[in-house]
Amino acid sequence: MFEKDKLSNIENSLDEYEKVTSKLLEKRPERREEFISGSGDSIKNLYTPLDIEKIDYSESLGMPGSYPYTRGVQPNMYRGKLWTMRMYAGFATAEESNKRYKYLVEQGSSGLSVAFDLPTQIGYDSDHSLAEGEVGKVGVAIDSLKDMEVLFEGIPLDKVSTSMTINAPAGVLLAMYIAVAEKQGVSADKLRGTIQNDILKEYIARGTYIFPTEPSMRLITDIFEYCSKEVPKWNTISISGYHIREAGSTAAQEVGFTLADGIAYVEAAIKAGLKVDDFAPRLSFFFNAHNDLFEEIAKYRAARRLWAKIMKDRFGAKNPKSMSLKFHTQTGGSTLTAQQPDNNIVRVAIQTLAAVLGGTQSLHTNSRDEALALPSVDSVRIALRTQQIVAHESGVTNTVDPLAGSFFVESITDKIEAEAVKYIQKIDDLGGAPKAIDDGYIQREIMDAAYKYQKEIESNDRIIVGMNQFQIEEARPTGLLKVDLSVGENQKVKLAELRNGRDNVAVEKTLLELRKACEGSANVMPYILDAVKIYATLGEITQVMRDVFGEYQQSVII
Amino acid sequence: MDRPIRVLVSKPGLDGHDRGAKVIARALRDAGMEVIYTGLRQTPEQIVNAAIQEDVDVIATSILSGAHGTLLPKIAELLKEQGAQDILFIGGGVIPDEDIPELIESGVKAIFTPGTPTSETVEFIVNNVRK
Repeated sequence: MFEKDKLSNIENSLDEYEKVTSKLLEKRPERREEFISGSGDSIKNLYTPLDIEKIDYSESLGMPGSYPYTRGVQPNMYRGKLWTMRMYAGFATAEESNKRYKYLVEQGSSGLSVAFDLPTQIGYDSDHSLAEGEVGKVGVAIDSLKDMEVLFEGIPLDKVSTSMTINAPAGVLLAMYIAVAEKQGVSADKLRGTIQNDILKEYIARGTYIFPTEPSMRLITDIFEYCSKEVPKWNTISISGYHIREAGSTAAQEVGFTLADGIAYVEAAIKAGLKVDDFAPRLSFFFNAHNDLFEEIAKYRAARRLWAKIMKDRFGAKNPKSMSLKFHTQTGGSTLTAQQPDNNIVRVAIQTLAAVLGGTQSLHTNSRDEALALPSVDSVRIALRTQQIVAHESGVTNTVDPLAGSFFVESITDKIEAEAVKYIQKIDDLGGAPKAIDDGYIQREIMDAAYKYQKEIESNDRIIVGMNQFQIEEARPTGLLKVDLSVGENQKVKLAELRNGRDNVAVEKTLLELRKACEGSANVMPYILDAVKIYATLGEITQVMRDVFGEYQQSVII
Repeated sequence: MDRPIRVLVSKPGLDGHDRGAKVIARALRDAGMEVIYTGLRQTPEQIVNAAIQEDVDVIATSILSGAHGTLLPKIAELLKEQGAQDILFIGGGVIPDEDIPELIESGVKAIFTPGTPTSETVEFIVNNVRK
C-alpha cells in the first residue's frame, strides 16, 4: 500500500524512535512488562505503515458491499439503514413475553428476538419431570401452537423480523411461527427472521442439544432446503461464535471455530444435494462483543474477509450474497460483573461501539443486571438507549468502516484472520468440525483459554473494575426480576386442557407420518408443520424424533 | 485425611453453561483435589447417587438457569435421606443474594456467586470438608 523508498524512511525513523523509547524506559519503566489484548495477545507500543506494508487495498479490503467484504456487507452501511436493534427477550408465559415485545417495539426496538426456556429448547413439554423448576426461567415456555399464538398476538408478522434462539427443535418452532403467520393471513414467503439452528456450537459450548450429530445435520439441511423454496426471506441458521466466546475462547478462536462450523454446514448441505448458491445467501452469523474495542472490531472484519474467501475458493460460490458474511452481535454476558452492576452500562456501551464499528447487521445489548438475574424493564430500556445513543449521537455511523487503514486495526485484522485459518486447518486435519467436537479438541482449546483468563484475573494481571480492584461495600441489589414457580403450574394446566380439547386421533396420525419421514429420507419440515397445526405439542413431536434418532452423548471434558 | 479430597462437580438441571463448572473443576484439581465432573443435565437423584458411588467428600454444583430454588434443596433432601449429610454440598452460579438464605436453610453449605475467586472456594472446601 506504500512506496518502497518511503517505507525505508519510516523504517529509519522507527529505529530512531525505538532507541529514544528504550532509553526513556530505562528511567521510567512502563506500567506492565507486557501489554495484552482481551484475548491475551501481545500488543506492541506502536504500529506503523511497516505493519501493513503487505496489504493490497483492492485484494484485502476492497470497497464495502463487494468482495472480500472486509469493510462491510452493504455499500453505504449505516448511512442507508441503521442496524436492527434486536433485544433478546422472553420469560415466564407467552402473555408476559408478548407484553415485553410490545413494549420493546414501542421503545424503538426494530426486530424481535425470542428467548425460550430450557425445556422448550431441549424439547420437553412443561409437564415433563425434567422441566421441574425450569419452566419460564431463562425464556418463555412454548408447549404448542396455542402458546405461540399468544406470544405473537397483535404483532404483525409481515412487518417485524423475528429471531428465535432455538436449535435442536428449530424446525418445530419455525413451523409454529409459519402456522401463526398463516392464521394472521401472512404467507410464509413474506416472513423475515432467523432461527439459530446451529447444533455444532450446542455440542461445543451451549448445551441444548438433543439428537446425535448426523440426524441433527440432516434436520438442518432439511430446513435449508425447505426454506429455500417456501420461506425464502428467512435466515435458516445463525452460525454462532457468541457462545464459544462466552465459554472462554479468544477472539481468533471465536472466528476460527465458528467458520469451521459454517464449513461443516455448507458441506453437509452440498452432500445432501443442495446447490451452494441456493442456500448460502441465507446463512447468517452471530458474534460476541467483548471489551477490547480494537480487537473486537478487527475480529468482525477478519471474519467477513475469511468467510468470503472460503465461500469463493473452497465452495465455488458465484452469488455475491453467498460470500458476504452477515451477522448479529450480542454484547458479552461474561464480561458483566455482579459487583457494582451499574458499571456494566459502560461496558455495554464500549461493546456496542465495537459491534457498530465492526459493521454488525443487528445488535442485542445486555442489561446491567444480567450477572444477577433476568433483566428488569428499566435495565432493558437503558441497554436499548445505549444503542440509540451510539446510532444517533456518537457520529460513528456517518461513514463506512471508519477504522480501515489504521495501522493497528489492519494489522490485528490480519493476525486474527491468520490465527483463525490455522484453527480451521487443524480442524480440517481432524476430519471437520463434528469430528473435532467428538474428539473434544475444540472444547479443550476453549477451556484452556478460559482457565488462563481466570488465572489472570485471580493474579490481578487482569483488572476487572469493581471485581478484583476498586471494590466497595455494596447493599444487596433489589428489584430483580423473578419468575414465579406458578408459571410452571399454569403451563401444566394449559397442557392438560389442550390435550383434552384437540383431535387426538389426528394428532396420533400426523405423529406417525412424522415418524415415517424421520425413518426415511423425506424432508421432515412438511410433516412437522402438519403436526404443529393440529396442536401436537413440542414434546410429543420431539419425542417421535428422539425415538427414531436417539440422543447425543456429550463427551465430558475438563 | 490421608487421601486427597474427592469432589464431584456437577451441573443440575437443563442449563448448558458449564464454563464455571469446568473452571472450578480445574482449579480444585490444581489445588490437589480429585475431581469428577459429571457433565450436563444431571437430576438431583443422579448427582446424589454418583456422589455416594464415587465416595466423594464434596458435591460442587453449578447452576445458571434460575432453577436453583427447586433443584438444590432437592439434592440436600436426598443427601439427608441417604444419610450422607456429611458430604459437603456447595453451589455456585447466577443466584440472587436474596435466594441464598433459603438455600442454606435447606442444607447447601455455601453459595458462591459470580466474581468469586476460585481460591475462595478451595479455601472453603479445605476448611469445611469432613475430617
